[in-house]
Amino acid sequence: MNWGSWSEFWAMGGDGLYVWSAYLVALVVVFTEIAVLALTRRSILEHLGRYAKIARKERKPRNEDSRF
Amino acid sequence: MPALSSTLSSDESPPLAAWSKATPQRGYVHAGRLCPWFACAAAVLCSIGLFVGLAVAQTDPHQHEHYRIAFIHTPSLWLSVAIYFVTAGTAGYGLVRRQRFLSMIASALAPTGAMFAFLALWTGSLWGKPIWGAWWVWEARLTAELLVLFLFLGYVALQEGIDDTRRADRASGLLALVGAFGLPLLYFAVFRWSGMYGAPPQGLSAPEDPVIGAGILLMSLGLFAYAVAATLARLRNVILKRERNSEWVVRNFGARP
Repeated sequence: MNWGSWSEFWAMGGDGLYVWSAYLVALVVVFTEIAVLALTRRSILEHLGRYAKIARKERKPRNEDSRF
Repeated sequence: MPALSSTLSSDESPPLAAWSKATPQRGYVHAGRLCPWFACAAAVLCSIGLFVGLAVAQTDPHQHEHYRIAFIHTPSLWLSVAIYFVTAGTAGYGLVRRQRFLSMIASALAPTGAMFAFLALWTGSLWGKPIWGAWWVWEARLTAELLVLFLFLGYVALQEGIDDTRRADRASGLLALVGAFGLPLLYFAVFRWSGMYGAPPQGLSAPEDPVIGAGILLMSLGLFAYAVAATLARLRNVILKRERNSEWVVRNFGARP
């Protein structure tokens, strides 16, 4: 282990600003991507459900005709 | 006789057509099956890699702690370039062979590639500032990496901007192919140009140390696994969006009352 304490670790020998801003941005970008992927999936599934509902509504009269 | 001839002719083309028709559906299922494994591998490998890189690796007498940016910078750089050539390859091959599933893979790869290109440039400038004294220099590697980012952004913009999927694939695939040939050209052109008009600054490199090497390797594998997981997740979105009218999507995703 290179560090004696947490404060030493966060200070990074005075270079903390460079090192931590690199890692912070990486973290933000990665979690943004994950969030965007999840939200996109949800909206696609919602759209597909709504789309099918409309299609069913349009098809309904024809189905009843064929049944009776 | 007509029945026989029809089975003969159908023997020749339909299997392939059926296969390429079923590919998005099978791809969707397999991507969903593989994605969690790559995501877990990414989480484990990146955690160990970050621990090794940020906590275990020794302070360097020359670069002090600045070199610790390498644990995110170097893998991002490798991955962005690798993803670019894979994107150009799949998009180009999909374009030539008219395999729309390959174009879907390319379109799923590009945003993750853009993310890594951005990260490589951002972390590179944070590393370059203390070492070179400048956030940016017009040097071959940096200029080429900037072009990689712009090519990815152009690819994504064409995909998003053109409503007709086939035209979007054609336009963005062409851009990706041109970029794949342009990148090495630009690299060597700037390399010669900067060699003639001023010595390029020495490249950023992490100190040679087995612990540091192990950290970079772990982070590379971890971010590679992350890139695969993100691409698979996006591929599922792309498939659902593009195949929304196909029978299997309607049957599986539209059935909820």
